[in-house]
Amino acid sequence: MAKSLLLPEFKIERDSARCIACQVCARQCANAVHTYDETDDSLWSEEAQCVGCQRCVTLCPTGALEVRRRERGFRENANWEESFLYRLYKQAETGGIVLTGMGCDRPYPIYWDHLLLNASQVTNPSIDPLREPIEIRTFLGRKEAWLDVDWEHRSLKTVLAPQLELSLPVLFSAMSYGSISYNAFRSLAEAAREVGTLCNSGEGGLHPDFYALGGNIIVQVASGRFGVTPEYLQVARAIEIKIGQGAKPGIGGHLPGEKVTPEISRTRRIPVGSDAISPAPHHDIYSIEDLERLIFAIKETTNYQKPVSVKIAAVHNVAAIASGAVRAGADIIAIDGIRGGTGAAPQVIRDNVGIPAEIALAQVDERLRQEGIRHRASIVIAGGIRSSSDVIKAVALGADAVYIGTAALLALGCHLCQKCYTGRCNWGIATQDPILTKRLNPQIGKRRLVNLMRAWALEMKEILGGMGINAIESLRGNREQLRAVGLRREEAQLLGVKLAGEGW
Amino acid sequence: MRERERIPSGCAVAGILSQSGQPVGGETIIQAMRVMHERSNGLGGGFAGYGIYPDFAALYAFHVLCDCKGSIDEVEAMLRKNFVVEHQETVPIWEHSPLRDHPEFMRYFLRPRESENEEELVVQTVMEINARIEGAYVISSGKNLGVFKGVGYPEDIGEFFRLDEYQGYCWIAHGRFPTNSVGWWGGAHPFNLLHFSVVHNGELSSYGINRRYLENFGYFCTLQTDTEVIAYLLDLLLRRHRVPPEALGTIFASPFWSQIETMSEPERSLYRAIRVTYGGALLNGPFSIIVGFEGGMLGLVDRIKLRPMVAAWNGDMFYLASEESAIREIAPELDRVCALRAGEVVMGRLKEGVLHGQEFAASRV
Repeated sequence: MAKSLLLPEFKIERDSARCIACQVCARQCANAVHTYDETDDSLWSEEAQCVGCQRCVTLCPTGALEVRRRERGFRENANWEESFLYRLYKQAETGGIVLTGMGCDRPYPIYWDHLLLNASQVTNPSIDPLREPIEIRTFLGRKEAWLDVDWEHRSLKTVLAPQLELSLPVLFSAMSYGSISYNAFRSLAEAAREVGTLCNSGEGGLHPDFYALGGNIIVQVASGRFGVTPEYLQVARAIEIKIGQGAKPGIGGHLPGEKVTPEISRTRRIPVGSDAISPAPHHDIYSIEDLERLIFAIKETTNYQKPVSVKIAAVHNVAAIASGAVRAGADIIAIDGIRGGTGAAPQVIRDNVGIPAEIALAQVDERLRQEGIRHRASIVIAGGIRSSSDVIKAVALGADAVYIGTAALLALGCHLCQKCYTGRCNWGIATQDPILTKRLNPQIGKRRLVNLMRAWALEMKEILGGMGINAIESLRGNREQLRAVGLRREEAQLLGVKLAGEGW
Repeated sequence: MRERERIPSGCAVAGILSQSGQPVGGETIIQAMRVMHERSNGLGGGFAGYGIYPDFAALYAFHVLCDCKGSIDEVEAMLRKNFVVEHQETVPIWEHSPLRDHPEFMRYFLRPRESENEEELVVQTVMEINARIEGAYVISSGKNLGVFKGVGYPEDIGEFFRLDEYQGYCWIAHGRFPTNSVGWWGGAHPFNLLHFSVVHNGELSSYGINRRYLENFGYFCTLQTDTEVIAYLLDLLLRRHRVPPEALGTIFASPFWSQIETMSEPERSLYRAIRVTYGGALLNGPFSIIVGFEGGMLGLVDRIKLRPMVAAWNGDMFYLASEESAIREIAPELDRVCALRAGEVVMGRLKEGVLHGQEFAASRV
C-alpha cells in the first residue's frame, strides 16, 4: 500500500535527559504510540498514531514528554485550511464518511461569550451568600397556570404534575453505557445521587446494577428502543424520548459490534457482537400526532407518575417544533445545540447541521410564552455548557436547567481528543476495553463530579447574590439581567437582550 | 421622558385606613408624607384615595393621563365602545401650583354595556388604551377610587390635585426617589388596576421575569417602571386566581425552602406547590409595598427585609409608613406600633379587627 499522505497531527518530544525508560508511556498508550526498545533501553514514539489525549504526558513521572500540535507546514491558504486537506486525504484513502467524537469545534459564534451579567449597585443591595440564603433548587415538569387552594385550612386542592426536584439547575446529559464505560456511567449516576440531580441513561438501556440508582436516572427511549422494557421505565425517575441530538441532527447512531460485550448485550438486549443501529427517525413517529401517541403510551405505562421529556436537536424551526411537542404532552423539552457532544458522528454532520443552543433557547422560551404555554413544560438546554456562568446565562435566557455532557466527562479526566468513536479512550471513559476502563475509579470519578457541581453551585450563588436575587426562579427568563456585547442588533433581538450600555 | 425604559426607585410610602369607614380628608395623608420629604427627590409623588366618589360609587372611575391633546378623542372612542359614560370631567387642579409641564387629567365614570365579565372588560380596555394610544394612559380604573400622581414632591402633588377637597376611608401615598432617569407623570406611584393600587419603595431585580410572566396572562407593561408589574400581579392573583390578600406574602415574598421544610402538612405541600407554580410572580430584590384594595389595606416587605415599614394602630385607625415619624405626625398617640417582619403581610379591613402577620413568615432580621 502506498504511503499515507496523512501527516501526524501531533509531535512528541521526549527529553532524553529526563526519561528514565520506566515505560509508563508505553503501557498507558492504547494507540501503541510508544515502544520500548530493549537493546538500547530507550523508548521510541510513532507519532502518526498519537491522538493528543495527553495521557502519557500526564502520567510521565519525570515530565520527560511533551505532545504538541504539529505545524504541518502546508502553504497558508485561507480557503483550504488544514482540516479540509486532512479530511480530504483521508477520504481519498478510505472512501468512507469521516467520523469524529465530542461536540462541534468550528469557530461559530459562542453567544455565551457575548452576554454579560448584571450586578446590584446602591439602589438595590447585593446579597452576601455567606450571610443570606440564595436558593437554586429547581423543579422540572409541567406546572399549573394557577392553584386551587383551600386557604382557610391552608391545604392544596390542585394535584401537581410529577416534578423532578434538583438541588441545582444542572443535570448530566445522555451518555449511554456503550458509548461510555461502566465505570464512567457509575461515576455519573452516583454523583447525581449525592448531588441531588439526575443523570441520563442515553439510548443504550440501563444495566441492572444501576436499577438501584433509578431515582436519579432519566432513561431514554430512542429510535433503536435498546433496552426499553417495562421495568426500565418503572425504575427511572423520568423518561426522555430522544428525537434528535445536537451533534448529529437528523441521523441515527451506530454502536459497532465489537463494542457489544456480554454486559452491553445484557443492557441493550441485543446479541453479543451485533451492531446496534439506531435508525434516523423513530419508525413509529412520522408526525407530531405520532409523538403524542408515544408520549401517552409511556405515561400510561408509568401511571402518569413520571415526567416525560422530549429531546430535540436545535434546528432552524426549533421554536415551532418545541411548541408542538409541548402541545403533544411533553413535560420537559430538552434542546441540544450544535455544540452538543457525541460518542461518534460523521464530522460533516456534526460541524454543519443545527444552530447554536443559545439562539434556540431564546426562541423556544419566547415562543412558548407568546402561546401562553410556557408553564406546561420545562426547558432544559444542552450543547456546550462550560461553566457556572454559562448555566446562569442559560437560566436568564429562559432555561429551567441545563444538561452537561462534555463538562462532566472533562471532570472525569477527558482531554477532548475527539476520538471517542475509536473505543480506545486512554482515560477509561469512552471505551469498553477492560484494561482501559479500570483506569477510571468510579469512587474518584464520583468525587470529582460532586466537587464540580459544588463549585458551580457556589459560583452561581455568588453571581445571584451580586444581582440581588435570592431565588433562581427570579432569574429564569429574566433577560433584563443580560446585555449583549459584540453582537449585531438583530442577533441581540433574537436573543431577546439589550445591548451593553442600554439601561432598564 | 425616554420610551420603554423603567425607573428603579427608592422612596417613601404611607397609608391610612379607617376601619370604621369614617372619612379621612386628603390633607391628612399629605401631612404624613411631608414629614418624609427627604426620602423623595421631587421626581414623583402620588396618592390613591378609596371611597372618594360616593356619588358615583357603582361606576368605574377612570383617571386618564394625556400627554398630548390629540389622543383624548381616541381614548373616548375606545371607552364608548364598551362603556356608557355617565359623567366626565377634567380633574380639578390648583391653577397656581408651581408644578410645570403637567399633562392633562380627565376622569370618566363608566357603566359597562355588558354586565358579564365586566372586570375583565375593564382590564382589557386599560391594557388596550395604555398599549395602543400614544401618550394616553389610564392611571386608575376602580370603583369609588382615584389615583392622583405626577412629577414633584408628594406634598406639592397633593396640593396640585386639591386633595384636601376629597374624603376617603383609605389613602395610600408615595414619594419618589428615582435613581437613574428623569421621572414622568405616568411613572409615578400609585399604580392601579381595578380596585388594586400599590405604592412601592424598592427595586425589583425580578422585573424582567415578572413582566414576561404577566404577558403569559395577557398583561402588558407600558408605564416604564418596575412597580407596574405589582399592580397587574395583584389583579392576577387576588382577582383572577382568588388568592386572599393575607396570603399574598406567600407568593410575593415566599418563605425559604429551609423554612418550608420545617412546616407540617398540609402547609408544606401548599408552600411547595406555590413556589413551584408561582416562581414567575415572586418579587425579588428590596421592596416594601402598601396595597390598597376595596375595603382594606395591607403592607408587605421583601423576603429578607431590605426596606423599612412600620405598622401602627389607634382605635379604628390603621397606619402604615416607611417611618414611624410620618404616623406620629398625624396620630401622636398610638395603641400599638411595630416594624414589619420579612415576608409578613400586615392587613386591615373595613369593619374587621386587624389581622396581624403570618406566623410562618419567620423573621430573618
